[in-house]
Amino acid sequence: MRKLAINRLRDRKPLDEARIDRFLQRQTVPIVEGAKCTFLFRGGEHDSVDEVWVCHRIVGQPDRVPMKRLGNTTLWYAIMELPSGSRVEYQIEVRRGEHYERFNDPLNPKLAHSPVGSSSVCQAAGYTEPEWAKYDPESRPGELLDVIQPAGALRHESRCRVYLPARFNATQRYPLLVVHDGDDFLNFAAMKNVLDNLIHRRDMAETIVAFTNPGDRIKEYANSAQHARFLHSELIPRLESELPLLGTPAGRCLMGASFGAVASLSTAYRYPGFFGSLVVQSGSFVFTDIGNTHGGGPAFDPVVRFMNRYRAAPTRVVDRMYMSCGIYEPLIVANRSMVPVFRGTGMDVRYSEARDGHSWEDWRDRLREGLSWIYPGAAQYYYE
Amino acid sequence: MTVVLLGPQRRPNLDKLVTSLDLGGPFVTITAGWQEREKDDSELDRHLRGRSRNLHLWHRMQSVFENDPQYAAAHRERRAQLLELQELYQLGLSHTVQFLNELRTRTSGSAALRELAVADAVQVLRGMDKQHIARVGEIQASFYAKYPPHERPAIVRHRHEVAQLLADAGAIILAGGHIIELLDALHLFNLNPAGFGRLPIVAWSAGAMAITSRVVLFDEHSVRGPGCSEVFDHGLGVLTGVTVFPSAKQRLRTGDRQNMGLLAQRFAPSICVPLDPGARVVIEHGTLPADASVIDATGAMRPRGGDDAQAGDQPTA
Repeated sequence: MRKLAINRLRDRKPLDEARIDRFLQRQTVPIVEGAKCTFLFRGGEHDSVDEVWVCHRIVGQPDRVPMKRLGNTTLWYAIMELPSGSRVEYQIEVRRGEHYERFNDPLNPKLAHSPVGSSSVCQAAGYTEPEWAKYDPESRPGELLDVIQPAGALRHESRCRVYLPARFNATQRYPLLVVHDGDDFLNFAAMKNVLDNLIHRRDMAETIVAFTNPGDRIKEYANSAQHARFLHSELIPRLESELPLLGTPAGRCLMGASFGAVASLSTAYRYPGFFGSLVVQSGSFVFTDIGNTHGGGPAFDPVVRFMNRYRAAPTRVVDRMYMSCGIYEPLIVANRSMVPVFRGTGMDVRYSEARDGHSWEDWRDRLREGLSWIYPGAAQYYYE
Repeated sequence: MTVVLLGPQRRPNLDKLVTSLDLGGPFVTITAGWQEREKDDSELDRHLRGRSRNLHLWHRMQSVFENDPQYAAAHRERRAQLLELQELYQLGLSHTVQFLNELRTRTSGSAALRELAVADAVQVLRGMDKQHIARVGEIQASFYAKYPPHERPAIVRHRHEVAQLLADAGAIILAGGHIIELLDALHLFNLNPAGFGRLPIVAWSAGAMAITSRVVLFDEHSVRGPGCSEVFDHGLGVLTGVTVFPSAKQRLRTGDRQNMGLLAQRFAPSICVPLDPGARVVIEHGTLPADASVIDATGAMRPRGGDDAQAGDQPTA
């Protein structure tokens, strides 16, 4: 078996900075060789770096993986084994004396963005970014309209964007998808591209999508009666009166990730029979089997109360539910535990896991499966 | 009578075909599967050197719906009923497919008994297919008995015009698209009695499916659905004993020999014919040529072979 690139470099003589320059020019960082991923950091020649770590959030693994210095050079490295198809977000942390600094990997241009900033991305062997999430000039684009909804229940205006599919025709009737954290799904999960492509390829039915945005997210999405009332009694009635929507349970779906998934579930729970389906990704479905200690902090208290109550008396809230979760995120345990609970109520649950974390790109990568399952397109009937 | 089946026409080669077969015009074209784009057929007309006459069946159908709202409502109701029936049938198929998948991954016990169980599962699929198509037939018959098209003026006028155009035609060109819309249009305007079967036909994709006697839907990579092919409806029956699979390499797990073998066994004695890009199968008097690619009972895709093999003479598995 061929030695790893970093080990071949170590064997070279003389191992000097010029050789490292040449090495780095040839490599894409992290260096992915089968299951082994070599992370690299290079300090300056007059830079007194004392320690370096790769920082990630893979559940069950140490959060900070120490890097080793290569001989007496300025190059540091760490080798991690990542199963095929994995995608991991990480940063580099450096200690200089008492001073710690954390930043994205300067040697890796691949970044993932989120509302709280960006991270570097390691795509292990076998991972491919789905082509249906990229801009495709062949796909006819839908249209995004800004909608401001006075939200009485929430006591603030709600900014939404409404997606109308290409070939929108006011004489037809469309299903509705309501997306929590709407702007984040558009900005960080390429959801406009995804919708354009899936609809164009007939993987997904032509759908009107309402991208909603929270005011106080932690409060509104953690099993809030006001938020549920806003969706059920204000936003959706307005959309159904102004747009050609089906207006039936089968034509109403709620979607969200993380706390947005809790908001979706708890809204459907409060209005059983009103929504036909849910798409919930990496749901923050935290519960306790005994006691009240859950480790999520005060923000999770209402979520835990809701989930415990639901688990004590599970009910069928929709007909169909698509669930997904990354196996590297701590929420994997809660999500796996909820699958049989949901299925036990008679809901048709499709559950999917990926070697990924709690990230927008993980949620993006599962959209085709989720959306084309909830609102399937007519591809089955097209033979061109 | 000559029937030519083609692979998908993303890069059309119709002009060369028409020349090589010495087909004379005028050509009646059917692009109803393109639905609202039915009339965007200038490229097709170019390939036919300006000698095409589009029957505009889809637009005629919309006109019928506009002028006969009672028929339109009944048509919608029938379609909803058929789709619901299809969904129930899919549910049954998906359980049998799951059973087959479990048998395939099972390694313990007797291989001979497992083979018997696989054969039984194929029989279950064949039984479901047969029952389903019978139920579809019942719904269709009941619909036509209640709403006889030949008694509805909005339909009769179009039928007459379509028959006139067919009477003057030298060949029929049948394009792909949405199979349900295409089938509905072909049935509504009664193409068969109007002389459809006496003319040379060139058909591809959904068009090729529509002229067989049994239309089979398939997309084994789809997120939803039974994970296997499904019988959908009767076709025009111009071509019997053949089940066609347009874009087979894209829509079927063709690399999985066992899967493909089960497909051939399930639809036997009908012969499974893949129609991938570039395919051209010329059928004279119902005889499948020896060089036509078919899927055999072992799952191999190979030339049909044999002398004068009649479509439909593959033994039942």
